[in-house]
Amino acid sequence: MAGFLFRRLLNYLALIAVATSLAYALAATALNPRANYEGRNPPIPPAVVDARLAELNLDDRTPLPERYLRWASGVVRGDFGRTVTGGSVNQDLGRRIGVTLRLITAGLLLGSVTGVLVGAYAAVRQYGPFDRLATGVSFAVLAVPTVVLANILIIAAVWFNYLVGAHVFLVSGEATPGMPGGFAAQAADRLRHLVLPTLSLSLGLAAVYSRYQRNMMLDVLGADFVRTAMAKGLRRRTALVRHALRTALIPAVTYFAFTFGALLVGTTFTEKIFGWHGMGEQLVNSISANDVNTVAAISCFAALAVLAAALASDLMQAVLDPRVRMGADR
Amino acid sequence: MKGYGGLRAESAGRPGTGRAARDDPAEPPGPVLEVTDLHVTFGAGAGAVRAVRGVSYAVRPGEVLGVVGESGSGKSVTSLAVMGLLPPHARVTGSVRLHGREILGADEKTLSAVRGGTISMVFQDPLSALTPVYRVGDQIAEAVRIHRRVSRRDAARRAVELLDLVGIPDAARRARAFPHEFSGGMRQRVMIAMAIANDPDVLLCDEPTTALDVTVQAQVLEVLRRARRETGAAIVLITHDLGVVAGFADRVMVMYAGRPVEAGTVDDVYLRPRMPYTAGLLAAVPRLDAAERPVPIEGAPPSPAALPPGCPFEPRCPLAVPACSAAEPALEPVGSPGHLAACIRAEEIEAAGGAPLAVRPPGALPAETGAEVAAGVLPASGVPPVAAGVPEEPGGRAAPPPRRDREVVLAVDGLVRHYPLTKGTLLRRRIGTVQAVDGVSFDVRERETLALVGESGCGKTTTLMEILRLARPQRGTVTVLGRDTAALGARDRMAIRRDLQVVFQDPMASLDPRMTVYDIVAEPLRTHGVRRPGPRVRELLRLVGLEPGHAARHPQDFSGGQRQRVGIARALALEPRLVVLDEPVSALDVSIRAGVLDLLADLKARLGLSYLFVAHDLAVVRHLADRVAVMYLGVIAEIGRVERVYAAPLHPYTRALLSAVPVPDPGAERSRRHILLEGDLPSPADPPSGCRFRTRCPLFRMLNGAEQARCVGERPPLRMLDDDHAASCHFAERSGAI
Repeated sequence: MAGFLFRRLLNYLALIAVATSLAYALAATALNPRANYEGRNPPIPPAVVDARLAELNLDDRTPLPERYLRWASGVVRGDFGRTVTGGSVNQDLGRRIGVTLRLITAGLLLGSVTGVLVGAYAAVRQYGPFDRLATGVSFAVLAVPTVVLANILIIAAVWFNYLVGAHVFLVSGEATPGMPGGFAAQAADRLRHLVLPTLSLSLGLAAVYSRYQRNMMLDVLGADFVRTAMAKGLRRRTALVRHALRTALIPAVTYFAFTFGALLVGTTFTEKIFGWHGMGEQLVNSISANDVNTVAAISCFAALAVLAAALASDLMQAVLDPRVRMGADR
Repeated sequence: MKGYGGLRAESAGRPGTGRAARDDPAEPPGPVLEVTDLHVTFGAGAGAVRAVRGVSYAVRPGEVLGVVGESGSGKSVTSLAVMGLLPPHARVTGSVRLHGREILGADEKTLSAVRGGTISMVFQDPLSALTPVYRVGDQIAEAVRIHRRVSRRDAARRAVELLDLVGIPDAARRARAFPHEFSGGMRQRVMIAMAIANDPDVLLCDEPTTALDVTVQAQVLEVLRRARRETGAAIVLITHDLGVVAGFADRVMVMYAGRPVEAGTVDDVYLRPRMPYTAGLLAAVPRLDAAERPVPIEGAPPSPAALPPGCPFEPRCPLAVPACSAAEPALEPVGSPGHLAACIRAEEIEAAGGAPLAVRPPGALPAETGAEVAAGVLPASGVPPVAAGVPEEPGGRAAPPPRRDREVVLAVDGLVRHYPLTKGTLLRRRIGTVQAVDGVSFDVRERETLALVGESGCGKTTTLMEILRLARPQRGTVTVLGRDTAALGARDRMAIRRDLQVVFQDPMASLDPRMTVYDIVAEPLRTHGVRRPGPRVRELLRLVGLEPGHAARHPQDFSGGQRQRVGIARALALEPRLVVLDEPVSALDVSIRAGVLDLLADLKARLGLSYLFVAHDLAVVRHLADRVAVMYLGVIAEIGRVERVYAAPLHPYTRALLSAVPVPDPGAERSRRHILLEGDLPSPADPPSGCRFRTRCPLFRMLNGAEQARCVGERPPLRMLDDDHAASCHFAERSGAI
């Protein structure tokens, strides 16, 4: 088992290196940091611009392989270089990672768990009212882009706040700045900020998962082993959870890794709309600011995150399906 | 009858204590399970399928009731209805009483307390019936813990005990294995262990041995016998195999179109059947112990959605009279006590002194029925006599010349097919070799049928595929119609394919569902350049006993037997000389099987064909083949003329195989000596040294040390021991001792 995970990990590290290098090459060729210094009044002397760009390893007259090597040797030592404004990419992103991870983790857990439960229940009550409702809602959610969905949520939340006459949901930022009170009050404040962005992230995920899980569950509902479990004397509900859902979760877990990429893209919008200063927001900003190093660093983070999700899904699969472990050992 | 609570206490305690009263000879025990007038309907309105229509039976403790019927007869649905395991959209009416207590329609709490405790079930397919992600020991322990308040450890210990009881070697270690690590027979043992975990009073077994090989079937039936001894449970054995019932059951119920049509003791029903369907079924089973050809029943069972108004068997019945289609006959007592039959002519059959199928050549019943028999045999539907039972080789045709004078159409010499066993996804490396076929030699002469028989994994299908590939084998030679396949070019290969055709096992899977029957049969003709295949297609359809007017239909519009006839017509389209038959009847129901076998025999005689016939059913082989080659683990154990091999088998494996096939004759089946093989087929990736059969060989255990050393060290060659009868056993001359 450990050997199996170790081999997987090695594969993933190689994949991350390739993905990040490609992202750097793309950003370095497509983005033009020199443009940031053009059209200034008074104009900056070209020699100063060159010197500044060279210092930041952004000089487009240096051959790409040379820039890449300098950047890569920094990355290997854990240094992602400088932003266009001269700040440390590490420091800037270090702050933002926590913000994004909080959002993604909450969204992912809520979305996948809700999706699995809704899908499984809809399958058990196939063609019942709940199934029809779940199908309708999930298709509606899937058809609406995240941007629109987030704004609908904001409008609904504002309306709700107005109705109850209190600020139950807060629609902008991670926390209220200068909020007085102890830890509990702080936490409650952060939670009120977290609800809407998490919802807008997880709704789409839950919709996808519920469709997927419903189909997987339908496949195993008629399986002979579920009938055997009931013939042993298990109640239908227990048999469904212990034998059917357990087996139907295995393919859903594999799917986990694939949805994670979509979630990262989703955060870009969510952060922008809800005014969270996370990685997604910074990705959009850095592209418009021609910030090659930040773009590459965020790509590296995204690759890392996706592959961490893949590893997690491998692990969960090995936990759920012992046959995988045995196959790997042999 | 005792209260239910008392019984629960009893089955939770030591088995047997509460059963003393039932063993008292003065008071015959009451039925433990009583099913009365059970009906199951799926759907509603005009499309409603009445799957079960009035089934009643009762079983007493320790009694075995066999429920026999073909697919769609409602036998499995009945048992699922008894367990309350049918899907919610099935409508079930009637009564199911367990120890006198009604359980049909009971709430889930009651049902789940009964299921797996007092009444439990063994399902047909042990691969899909076990949850793949749990260890088998845990699955059995779960069954124990549902019904008893025992600790996890005690339940696990009980699971190991049960695995040991059902004959799984090294039970403590094997309990930690997953279902996919077990062979089919082992999985079925696990199913049985799970079913008897709580000493049930009733055990429903739904086709428990259908998916298994004969030697494994014999083992599993032995385990069921042991389970009955240990638990004293009543067993309801559902099967389509009349042989299994003959040797195992006390009473039998025959089902047709959702109803019991005959019931009684095994002896009464088998020896004195009163319902023409039962008699027909008995006559249609190919028998290992008799030379008579099986006699097919015409037609196919009716669709449960569109039953005829009268007796459902009337359209197929050779004894039908107009009154039969007026109303459905009730199941009424006939002859000896306890013998019931649903036939308005049961009295007449009784008076005529026996089974109506004994009169198949018309004339034995009174004259007026004789005419009707003839009318029944030759239906008005335009099916030519080819499709009907051809009792013997049609007269007037000269017997073929002796074997040695006939041309060799297929010669296989030292054929080897090994598959590499690899590991790893990125870097594949070879970790072993599966020796699927390891040196097989035989020949097929003109107008001759050679059968390759053996259990699954013996290499018979691999041998077949190697021949059909028409390419250079890994080792050895394959010569088809005098041409060495190793030297064939693409053009020659195409030409030889005309003369070498194949009929596959599953007629549903081997016919493209989107093509019409016309296109299916015309395809080989068009491929080989026939411009207007129309007349030939019509001729072929007539030849295999199908209506040429049905050529525009799709395969789904035909019954299983008819589909297989389409497959045969396709194989014959190019007038081949050698036809390879891969289990051609094993997917068909008993009553239809005999008709297809008749057709194959008739075509062979008429068209001068040679067959290479692959089968696992030794009884079928006996009736179709001239010669037989018994394969075991990639080698031929014994080869020779069918009569000789069956009458005097030389190899211990052949002996065991033949003794394991159940015979549908209660007297004969009970008195037969069964040679029970131990264990499973060894893995072909790691076959035993020397003689491959030695690990399971009953003769090997009787030998002395020096002789055993020979079996271990020296691979026995195929020795010619008699005229055209060879076996690969060092001690074949002594195999009579086992």
